[in-house]
Amino acid sequence: MLHYDLVVIGGGPAGLAAAYSAAQNGVKEILILERDQVTGGILNQCIHNGFGLHYFKEELTGPEYAQRFEELVAETSATVMTDTMVLGITPEKQIYALNPKEGYLTIEAKSIVLAMGCRERTRGAIAIPGDRPAGVFTAGTAQRYINMEGYLVGKRIVILGSGDIGLIMARRMTLEGAKVLAVVELMPYSNGLNRNLVQCLEDYGIPLYLSHTVTDIKGKARVEKVIVSEVDQNKAPIPGTEMEFDCDTLLLSVGLIPENEVSKTAGIELDRRSNGAVVYDDMQTNIEGVFACGNVLHVHDLVDFVTLESMKAGKFAAKYVKAPYAHSDDAIEIGNGERVSYTVPQKIDLSCGEEQTDLFFRVNQVVKKGVITLTASDGRVIFQRRKPTLLPAEMEKITLKKEDLKGEKKVVLSVRMEDEKA
Amino acid sequence: MMKRELICIVCPQGCHLTVTEENGSYKVTGNTCKRGEVYGVKEVTAPRRVITSTMKLQGGRLPRVPVKTNGDIPKELIFQCMEEIDHVTVTAPVKAGQVVLPNVLGTGVDVVATRTMGMV
Repeated sequence: MLHYDLVVIGGGPAGLAAAYSAAQNGVKEILILERDQVTGGILNQCIHNGFGLHYFKEELTGPEYAQRFEELVAETSATVMTDTMVLGITPEKQIYALNPKEGYLTIEAKSIVLAMGCRERTRGAIAIPGDRPAGVFTAGTAQRYINMEGYLVGKRIVILGSGDIGLIMARRMTLEGAKVLAVVELMPYSNGLNRNLVQCLEDYGIPLYLSHTVTDIKGKARVEKVIVSEVDQNKAPIPGTEMEFDCDTLLLSVGLIPENEVSKTAGIELDRRSNGAVVYDDMQTNIEGVFACGNVLHVHDLVDFVTLESMKAGKFAAKYVKAPYAHSDDAIEIGNGERVSYTVPQKIDLSCGEEQTDLFFRVNQVVKKGVITLTASDGRVIFQRRKPTLLPAEMEKITLKKEDLKGEKKVVLSVRMEDEKA
Repeated sequence: MMKRELICIVCPQGCHLTVTEENGSYKVTGNTCKRGEVYGVKEVTAPRRVITSTMKLQGGRLPRVPVKTNGDIPKELIFQCMEEIDHVTVTAPVKAGQVVLPNVLGTGVDVVATRTMGMV
């Protein structure tokens, strides 16, 4: 059996930052387990730029951002084991893994950081009717094919979903000579960043169909046609609005799900709202010494925020390695009030962690002239801030002084519109 | 007088800019940083973009290496630049930041690798 102080599961941006931060905080025996041939995770296929503006204060491409962190980790004593698949973990912090060189491995750790990232929703997850020909890909799969393996997956493309991956792929396929006929979005607004609507769609004259969805796929061996219909307010297709696109490929950019299969094997408590673990403000899960960060905890928009969150997880994992600590039973619960779909962390513990904490959250609808409020059980306003626009596609962050929460058991975060009564 | 509404693409914030021109001088409003002002003027006078793509790689772990233009190039040259990139084959090892296509289309901008790839 192998013994390490800290085992980090996943060598993407979250895992690398957590390992680096733990090393900075004095942990020597660190092992990073990565299932791919190299570390860097999804950044390796995100060859476009726009990464690192917050953290490195410069504009980097995905591979450059990954490499920066690989170089930082290489300077520490951390060991990286690639081609290694983790099968499960136990509450006693034993890790079972496999790789082609060493076979089956059992590793014992004082602390574990979960950094497995997320995966894409597929055709099955959204149940698109129609034939089942080749040529239906998730956008991320197509991205890996084109940017790493060198295959263009099609020539005439329809993209469903206007999240950032969909928009980035619309541009990428166009640059490589494919014709992107349409980007189709179910919602009446795009889920992507404004800058991507401009530089990926407008720059290349690619039409965006809002309040539309794919209602049929036709084709025998390969996709031949995709049928797109307009939807009503309840997102139901409107008969008679069908448009036919002659295409050979349908790319799906329809959301990401944190990959928590390994977390489940240890009985880690998951939050149905974020699809990630329930964590305290030091990123610790309900199992002592097991921390979570990055997209396995909740899906982020920007890698820079993944880095910051993971640095925090690494820091407290280091603290735990030095002197194991438990959370007090009266940690404060963060309730989700109106228009808030989830928060991370879900619990704040005044007895450990830092003096102030970031609270990440998303709204469940577009809110104009929003007022973000954190309310105590007696109705006292603990925190309030106004924001002109809040979008479900953009993660929001507020910073709380923990002493302001003293004496509370549960506080509630809500978002209302300015002209609405509190 | 000319007036144009733009969305800034410099960073993920995506500020809504208004660029007005009067007698050859430009004024940008709606930006929240200096870079937004520079972008606003450039976008209405001579729009430019950074291009990211991949090049063929020989002898490496993967058949492609990611690249970028090490600075923005005129927007109308995007597809010509892609064609130039298509014609180059890089041989491993290659280092991130290494120039793989100097002075692309005479723009004074180099295409550089964005990932170190060792020999296999």
